[in-house]
Amino acid sequence: MYRLKGEGLSKRFGGLKVFSKLSFDLRTGDSMAVVGPNGSGKSTLMMVLLSIYRPTRGKISYLRDENSMEEAQIRSSVSLVSPYLNLYDQLSGEENLKFFATVAGESVTGKEIERLLEKVGLAGRGMDLVGGYSSGMKQRLKYATALLNKPAFLFLDEPTSNLDAAGKKIVSEVIEEYRSQAIIVIATNEQEEYSLATKQLRVDQ
Amino acid sequence: MPQSSFGLISKAAAVYAKDLRLELRTKYALNAILMFGITTLTVVSFSVGQSGLPPKLLSALFWIVMFFSAMSGLAQVFIREEEAGTALAMKLTADPDAIYWGKLGFNLTLLSIMTVIITPIFFVFTDAPTDNVLLFVLVLFLGMLGLCGATTIIAAIIARASVKGALFAVLSFPLLLPLLLVLVKATERVLLGVSFSSIAIELQFLVAFAVVMVVGSVMLFKFVWLD
Repeated sequence: MYRLKGEGLSKRFGGLKVFSKLSFDLRTGDSMAVVGPNGSGKSTLMMVLLSIYRPTRGKISYLRDENSMEEAQIRSSVSLVSPYLNLYDQLSGEENLKFFATVAGESVTGKEIERLLEKVGLAGRGMDLVGGYSSGMKQRLKYATALLNKPAFLFLDEPTSNLDAAGKKIVSEVIEEYRSQAIIVIATNEQEEYSLATKQLRVDQ
Repeated sequence: MPQSSFGLISKAAAVYAKDLRLELRTKYALNAILMFGITTLTVVSFSVGQSGLPPKLLSALFWIVMFFSAMSGLAQVFIREEEAGTALAMKLTADPDAIYWGKLGFNLTLLSIMTVIITPIFFVFTDAPTDNVLLFVLVLFLGMLGLCGATTIIAAIIARASVKGALFAVLSFPLLLPLLLVLVKATERVLLGVSFSSIAIELQFLVAFAVVMVVGSVMLFKFVWLD
């Protein structure tokens, strides 16, 4: 059982207040939509939760069976899909997946990669360079990369951006598949994506 | 939670192999380094003539070419990650130690390729004496280690800055000045044909510099990379 706790989280960049006093407590099986208008700090909150930015105030706790997780454990348990996260354009889809699996300490077989690519609708395109992919295909590959480590914490920032109807369906399927085994945090301002989560956190207060 | 079955070496090797593959496909850093090195050597050798240059001048010329060639290409190892937006994926996925060792290995490879091409050209163009080749190679190797040890961590520091090129040179210069002075002196004496024992102090400095740079970088890199 995993747990993600945010207590009194605030973030400022110099004199600019991004968000303040946000608190939540999520356990495996929970999913939370972080909602608010453009510029309200949804993506910044994601970066704070992922320790890319430090919170100005407040505390974030990653727990497993109520014990604090170490940095390396957290790194191997989290995944992010975000417009700010890019994969390598000069590598093929398969090469990207193999690389990220290896540096994450996962062993992944060719068949597993094929299965992942098929799951996100990129069957047969794994050998193509990512630079030749459309923005929607790149977004799908980000999902395949995010699922490599079977994450216990799945962070989705604007999860359906650049995706067509089929891509959006894949996102819904991924969330449904991981809902019971992971904590899912979704940053979005799309009304239809609110329903993908069971809880809501507003950041525009 | 998935069990990790790979050690630091295989992760660092993956970072190294990825960078090498990207470089072979784009040749961005390699072209920059080689073009600078070959152009500088050619211009200088045509300007000052092929023979008769004293070892002190030859030595200084060689390390000036090496230093500025390194400056023009070695920073790319981190700048490329930041500019392509791939640094975030690396930060979230990879162990910082594995990233540092992979990047250091890649920079060493890049500088080795440059050295293998530029050094023979240097000897041909300047007619420098070649009696003490093994000692020259040893000084060269230690110099490369020191250069890469320092420039790799500086590249990580400047990768997110807006004026990367200027900052890289400004930060590198004071750090590398002692190294370059000793390298010029050691190379001069090697070109004069002295024995191993005659430059033992310079060699000790070069080893110590490389060790301090690499160990210091390993300790600092995580904070530079993640903060």
